[in-house]
Amino acid sequence: MKQLRRKVLKASAALAAAAGLPGAVFAQQGPIKVGIGIAQTGTLGAGGKAALLALEMWVEDVNQKGGLIGRKVQLISYDDQSNPATIPGIYTKLLDVDNVDLLIAPYGTVPTAPLMPLVKQRGLLLMGNFSFQVNHKVQHDMWFNNAPWNDASSWSDGFIAAGQKHGAKTIAVLAADQEFAQNLANGARVLAKKAGLKTVYEQNYPPTTVDFSSMIRAIRAAKPDIVFVMSYPNDSVAIVRAVNEIGVGSGVKLFGGGMVGLQFTPIMANLGSSLNGITNYNSYVPGVQYPGVDDFLKRYAKKAVEAKVDPLGFYLPPFNYAIGQMLEQAISATKSIDHKKIAGYLRTNEMKTIVGPIRYDKTGEWANPRVLQAQFRGVKDKDVEQFRDPKKQVVIYPDQYKTGDVVVPFEKARK
Amino acid sequence: MFFSFDLLLEAILFGVLLGCFYAAVSIGLSVSFGLLDVPHVAHPAIMVFGAYCTYLLNTYNFDPIVAGIVLMVPFFLLGMLVYRFYYEAFERRGSEAAVRGLAFFFGLAFIIEVGLILAFGVDQRLVSAPYIGSSLELGEYRIPYRMLVAFGVALVLTFSLTLYLSKTFTGRAIKAVAQDEPALRLMGANPVRIKQWAFGIATAVSALAGAMLIIVGPVDPSLDRVYIGRTFAVVVLAGLGSMTGTLAAGLILGISESIVLMLFGASWAPAVAFGLLLIVLGIRPQGLFGR
Repeated sequence: MKQLRRKVLKASAALAAAAGLPGAVFAQQGPIKVGIGIAQTGTLGAGGKAALLALEMWVEDVNQKGGLIGRKVQLISYDDQSNPATIPGIYTKLLDVDNVDLLIAPYGTVPTAPLMPLVKQRGLLLMGNFSFQVNHKVQHDMWFNNAPWNDASSWSDGFIAAGQKHGAKTIAVLAADQEFAQNLANGARVLAKKAGLKTVYEQNYPPTTVDFSSMIRAIRAAKPDIVFVMSYPNDSVAIVRAVNEIGVGSGVKLFGGGMVGLQFTPIMANLGSSLNGITNYNSYVPGVQYPGVDDFLKRYAKKAVEAKVDPLGFYLPPFNYAIGQMLEQAISATKSIDHKKIAGYLRTNEMKTIVGPIRYDKTGEWANPRVLQAQFRGVKDKDVEQFRDPKKQVVIYPDQYKTGDVVVPFEKARK
Repeated sequence: MFFSFDLLLEAILFGVLLGCFYAAVSIGLSVSFGLLDVPHVAHPAIMVFGAYCTYLLNTYNFDPIVAGIVLMVPFFLLGMLVYRFYYEAFERRGSEAAVRGLAFFFGLAFIIEVGLILAFGVDQRLVSAPYIGSSLELGEYRIPYRMLVAFGVALVLTFSLTLYLSKTFTGRAIKAVAQDEPALRLMGANPVRIKQWAFGIATAVSALAGAMLIIVGPVDPSLDRVYIGRTFAVVVLAGLGSMTGTLAAGLILGISESIVLMLFGASWAPAVAFGLLLIVLGIRPQGLFGR
């Protein structure tokens, strides 16, 4: 009995001593887990694969520097198949099974939309990834979207202004019936009206549409001056093909604007000369000077060949790397992975990234948008490397990055 | 919605091409469901499988139409196997078991879809050929060559099958088994073998239909769900077992869909098939050319 009492007393003393040494007991906290569901297949897969590679590069870089606040960073990702229905399940798993510390949103508006109520309900920080206006109804105060736009004006002003400069008075609007395209189309319609453009054709199409011949025919018959298209990658490819087959008429000055997918290298290489003349948005094209992006793209290109993803990586990878950089700066500054503290830092500071300085407005969007409108010119078939030449995508807006004037009409620019 | 008579004419022209394409993808079902009374809901899935096989052969530089023709042989054998299994497991056990066969074909459709996802992923696949991406210019009108190819193949397929079913012994036996199986048995023909042969033909035709599917547009594993409504609508609209009726029904559906798309927008186009079906079944339940 005496011996048992001694053993119990010894153990209690040891425990008391250990409790007084916080570092000793919790020395091995484990990595900081960052979770993401991101398209590796489906319509957004080509972009998602490149984006994930960039995030993996950031994790590798930060771990080589010793991690963050003494802990390694671990990225946990799942393929959402570009299907928004998979998102609630994926992110619930990330949070409740994988116990991630931080979240990055899926690539794109449509997959991100179902996630917003979840993060708002749980009070979680969410780093957005090229979404458009996905928070305007939910109004989550810990949302920080990494994309070079904020509202519809930042996206469509350049396109509409370029058309008006060449005498455009009428517009046709073609938009997919889904979150991204409708958010942009609603804004674009208002802006077109304010700019005095008459809408002569307007069509929302189901996202499963594969044949656009009838719609392109109708656009041709309506004889618009500019055609503003808001589409996702599969639709964008089908629309470009239909335009190539049917034509939009000799009076159209500008065609494009909001076609997602025409920035992905595999799609650009596939469409080749069919792209010529299209004026479309982009986040980065060769020739645009962002600090540090050239070095990143060189390193990315090597890894992309091994990983068999988009070899050029112009569109999403620099911005996904920048998401990592912003998290890194916020965690290092606050010395914490507390979501409220990180959010407070992101909201009040300008962060330096490889895509330039980023500052957020109160809605969690970029305070200073930087959407490029560029026209494809002289593109040849089956040549990926040609897209490294700045002359293949001539930036017509904004003036800060402009490399040339738009060629009109569209049919002339296609030749 | 913008309207002009030129546009209406173009919509009708495109509708004719589209309608022939719908007829081509439905004609296999017209044999299996229309003539043999097999609840073959896996027909669109087999057609999508045919499209993916065409894609594979196209990566070895096979022209898609040639690939479709080449695939008809293995698909014919596949169809015979599928029917044999269906007959032994369900049809020979009476009409109740035949209804359970419906579950079998649904299961087969799901297995094909999931198999395609595992093998190819969910990405869309396309084929390349000289006639894809270019069009024929007729004055103001531009007709995509891919639609003309599908139109031509559909006509050849319809007339070939009609001739086969009316001029050959086996063809007439297939029509006979649909009309009076005991009488056919008394004539010395084995109805089960005839049906097996017919199902093989229907599946072979699905292979060619799959080739046309991927010529007309990109395919993904879930595309069968888009076509299940349209193909059954065409077959029932035509009247079960009528090949030329299938062509006519396809044309009606194609033209209606094209005009609705022009007048009311793309969102309404998928509803046309079922809307037409409801109207025809209400007025003439045996279909337009039904027996």
